[in-house]
Amino acid sequence: MATYSTISQVPDTFGRFGQYGGRYVPETLSAALDQLDQAYVESKQDPSFTQELDQLLSAFVGRPTPLLFAERLTAFAGGAKIYFKREDLNHTGAHKINNTLGQGLLARRMGKNRIIAETGAGQHGVATATACARFGFECVVYMGSEDIRRQAPNVRSMRLMGADVRAVTTGSKTLRDAINEAMRDWMGSVESTHYIIGSVVGPHPFPRIVRDFQSVIGSETREQCRRQFGRLPHTVVACVGGGSNAAGMFYPLIDDIEVRLVGVEAGGKGTKLGDHAASVSHGKPGILHGSLSYVLQNEDGQTSDVHSVSAGLDYPGVGPEHSYWFDCRRVEYTSVSDAEALDAFDLVARREGILPALETSHALAWAVKEAASMRPDDIILVCLSGRGDKDAAEIARLRGMTEGASS
Amino acid sequence: MSALDTMFASLKKEGRKAIAPFFTVGDPDPEFTIECVRAIDRAGADLCELGVPYSDPLADGPVIQASYTRALEKGLSLDNVLETSRTAVSKVSMPLVAMVSYSIIYRRGIDRFVGNAVDAGLSGLVVPDLPIEEADELDRLCRQRDLGLVRLVAPTTPQERALAIVRKATGFVYCVSVSGITGERRELPADLLERIEWLREKSNVPILVGFGISSPEQVRSLCKVADGVIVGSAIVRHLSNIATTSRSHVIGEIEAHVRTLVAAVREKN
Repeated sequence: MATYSTISQVPDTFGRFGQYGGRYVPETLSAALDQLDQAYVESKQDPSFTQELDQLLSAFVGRPTPLLFAERLTAFAGGAKIYFKREDLNHTGAHKINNTLGQGLLARRMGKNRIIAETGAGQHGVATATACARFGFECVVYMGSEDIRRQAPNVRSMRLMGADVRAVTTGSKTLRDAINEAMRDWMGSVESTHYIIGSVVGPHPFPRIVRDFQSVIGSETREQCRRQFGRLPHTVVACVGGGSNAAGMFYPLIDDIEVRLVGVEAGGKGTKLGDHAASVSHGKPGILHGSLSYVLQNEDGQTSDVHSVSAGLDYPGVGPEHSYWFDCRRVEYTSVSDAEALDAFDLVARREGILPALETSHALAWAVKEAASMRPDDIILVCLSGRGDKDAAEIARLRGMTEGASS
Repeated sequence: MSALDTMFASLKKEGRKAIAPFFTVGDPDPEFTIECVRAIDRAGADLCELGVPYSDPLADGPVIQASYTRALEKGLSLDNVLETSRTAVSKVSMPLVAMVSYSIIYRRGIDRFVGNAVDAGLSGLVVPDLPIEEADELDRLCRQRDLGLVRLVAPTTPQERALAIVRKATGFVYCVSVSGITGERRELPADLLERIEWLREKSNVPILVGFGISSPEQVRSLCKVADGVIVGSAIVRHLSNIATTSRSHVIGEIEAHVRTLVAAVREKN
């Protein structure tokens, strides 16, 4: 087992986080991944790159995002003080934009002006379409047809910004299939096209690049906590599908061993394979979409169908660094059911005046439960990764309500 | 000397090129697969590549994806695939190799999988999602058991990297003809013959070309420089007709198709 002092020193040059990560992709993509790795390493040493990204994050995205004391939610939970890191206030309504702007700048650096992306909940798709409009890139977004149905508002936004949203009708018609199609597009377009992957998944160097671009969340949080409270929170919570908001929040805190870090996966309808999307909680090490990590698959290595009420968590794998953190016991992983997440959505909507994304609602559900057992002077901080406007219609449908009806 | 080495040595002696059809195991069922392997053997193919169905094949186009999905939906397991391969090997004289995702190999256990493949009588493995950086363990175990580990070189592979790849290859090198996924192409890249010639010069093992190849004309032109061709989607396409026509008709079509490919490389110019 790695010691705490070295946990942040990953990945190695092969993209290994402990045993996890790596690069399990067709040879056709190898050269492009090497090119991306090189462009990324160079960009880190180029002050003008960082400067341009910082300016965009400030003036275009609206960073830094504030910390909010969730006063009435805290009173309801009856324990620790609950704080939100307001990633929902970012331009486009979620943390995803932190990564798409960074990768957009990398694409420009590599001279690629066509962008492809996958999306589940549509937040990454919107953030990619936004970055492409800003940079003047052609944009193609692959999205499962089931997700196009349940996240219609985001599909409209992408199209309004000029993105070509392509429905994926193979397999489970969700995020996993959208990634497959984006990879297949990239196989044939790799010389002119950059694939902006939306989470800390996929082949090396994507898990590292996405983590680093999302780390602005945790870095800001760390500084804000020191300034506002004079200490770090007792517990920090984030939802985990592929795990990008969690990785961005946790990574800058990973060596602060006094902070308890908790990733909340999608528990779906139950613990049977196929009824949930909790890869770390219930999966085994295996290979999916180019990296070795915890995955939900059958005994033959065939990927399982998964289920979550939240399109963004409806994924049978997780980023390799999460698998590493789990094995090191640095981060705890737990899960929350569809029903608990829906209840948390209602609770936060009515008590805080914020519609959280259904993905985020999983982290909120766990935080409210946990806060009750903590001391009143403790702080539990939730990464409020995105807003839930996109989910309003689907929640109404699930509840059997018609839009506009009074309750 | 592995079965692949023996086969290629005898082809070389006769001055012939290899025709290697690819198709899916278990689509629509193992019995059909065995019949199909026999038909391909009768038609004069030199090697058969068996596609092991996988849920998320990143390098495959719609024809092969759909075939994999049909096989998996019928509940085909890895043990079924291995049993089918063992039976097929016992009925034909040509060697059989498996195209299999590393996801499947990893989950079974690398050591155990190699043992299973050898027991099934397979002569080699093509692992399309395992680049050289990740292949050391599988390479070591395959060498121990004299199982070929075929390496792929893509159009996007830089020359220096291609050299490292061909040095590692056993059995043969799989030269991917086009940048993209599997599936028939009307035209192949203009620089393909040049790429094959370059690889041919650098490699100690034969160079087979695959991806996008379907017509006898393409086969004829590529075999002027390559040691053989792999034809996949064009063969697998026949399997999708099973729902609407008889099994024996589909077997007959595949056999006839392979005969045209074999004839293309045996004609005297």
